[in-house]
Amino acid sequence: MNVDLRATTRMLKFDERADRVVPPTGFTARLTLFSAFAMAFLAVFALALSLAAGRVADRWGNELAQSSTLRISAPAGEVATQTEAALQVLRTTPGIVDARALTLDEQRALLAPWLGADLPIDDLPLPQLIDITETDDGYDAAGLRLRLAAEAPAAVLDDHARWRRPLIDAAARLRLLGWAAILLIATATAAMVTLAANAALAANAQVIAVLRLVGATDTYIASAFVRRFALRALTGAAFGTLLGIVALFLVPSGNDTAGVLTDLSIQGFGWVWVVLIPPLSGLVAFLATRYAAGRVLEELA
Amino acid sequence: MIELENVAYSYGGGELLTDMTLSVAPGSFHFLTGPSGSGKTTFLKLCYGALQATGGHVRLFDRDVRGLSRDDVALLRRKIGVVHQDCQFLDHLPVTENLALPLTVSGQDPNASDANLKELLAWVGLTSRANALPPELSGGERQRAALARAVIMSPDVILADEPTGNIDWEMSQRLLTLLVELNRMGKTILVATHDLGLIRAAKAQVQTRVLRISNRRLQMAGADL
Repeated sequence: MNVDLRATTRMLKFDERADRVVPPTGFTARLTLFSAFAMAFLAVFALALSLAAGRVADRWGNELAQSSTLRISAPAGEVATQTEAALQVLRTTPGIVDARALTLDEQRALLAPWLGADLPIDDLPLPQLIDITETDDGYDAAGLRLRLAAEAPAAVLDDHARWRRPLIDAAARLRLLGWAAILLIATATAAMVTLAANAALAANAQVIAVLRLVGATDTYIASAFVRRFALRALTGAAFGTLLGIVALFLVPSGNDTAGVLTDLSIQGFGWVWVVLIPPLSGLVAFLATRYAAGRVLEELA
Repeated sequence: MIELENVAYSYGGGELLTDMTLSVAPGSFHFLTGPSGSGKTTFLKLCYGALQATGGHVRLFDRDVRGLSRDDVALLRRKIGVVHQDCQFLDHLPVTENLALPLTVSGQDPNASDANLKELLAWVGLTSRANALPPELSGGERQRAALARAVIMSPDVILADEPTGNIDWEMSQRLLTLLVELNRMGKTILVATHDLGLIRAAKAQVQTRVLRISNRRLQMAGADL
């Protein structure tokens, strides 16, 4: 393990003379550079998608987890009585911080996106809505339903669980897909760099033979290739990341209530992940080339 | 220094060399001869650890090559200068950098040995060709450059594989003179060649031992050599 660590440190150490012994390689250099560039660009988007999905899942979860709605669907003459009875029950229920009947204006605002702002709401037999705010621990929904059935039979409790869960699940799945995409991108980068390194090493079999003849160790030979490929991947990924960030800024942004697509941005701690893309690409290239070099040198021995 | 004990080498199902025993003493001058395809190059490669014997033991500087890692063999190889018939160089580097390659790969600063490098170039008569690329050199110049590279680390042993194979008589005499000089400086020399004229010329200048590979075995050459 110590030997490996020493060899790895040696491989990372810049050595101009050692790097000169490997002749410049044409298409493998461009392939590595372009692969790292394209993959970093895609990684920025996958990361932004994953982070945005995470934010949406958290927001939906937080906003909906501590609130419920009570709907009073009673004949016009009984709405006020049943509403008062329901409020009385809610105020004495452990786990409920606040219960408030929505005003007509608030109910109109809720319907406005679907039915327009100038809706004559007074003429419609709309149910009365009561907004419930819960404590962190919440309340006993089954017990509350039993009490409401007795005191305010027209009241229907909606604790949002029915439609909240699939939304949060979908957002969480989207976040997972984002990370899976990043993992696939890293794997594809490793595969492409390995192919490029294999080609470069095979094309330089004669160079390797000369280096061995004059007493070069496998670690020394591998280092010259590994450093070159890691540096190319780092450079390509840096440019790809930069372009990805610029492209992200060009995506139209939405307001606070918008979903994943209009909230595709990097915020706060997410920038740390973005900054890590180029060095991680370099690391992937380093490990991939090291693996390829080890295999090719073994074959040529 | 270099010891072979009942060494055999097989490749592709056939045995190329068998039952080879040799001890190369420090400061000695050996020639290895034999017909083309007899295994001279393979024998030399066994002597500097480029090939692993399939039977017996090869000991370089008292260390059995079989138990060593490739990196350990590479470190031992730095004590052995090798000159190949086809003089392998890095074609994208000028002569000086090719000559300094053993220093570079061993982590030494070639600039620190600049005087030594110039001296070496003068010794092999390549001062004017210092900045040329290997493909621009003639056959004789390549051989001399290869010899200069082989001795830059001041190795204890110099192995040469058909060093005069691609050059004219005059140039091969010049190369022989360099090898004899090195031997007089205390270096151990082992030259594989089928050039009997070269062997005779060497015998006139220095004490040599001539070996022959015949029927896959190593023998002492006859008195005719």
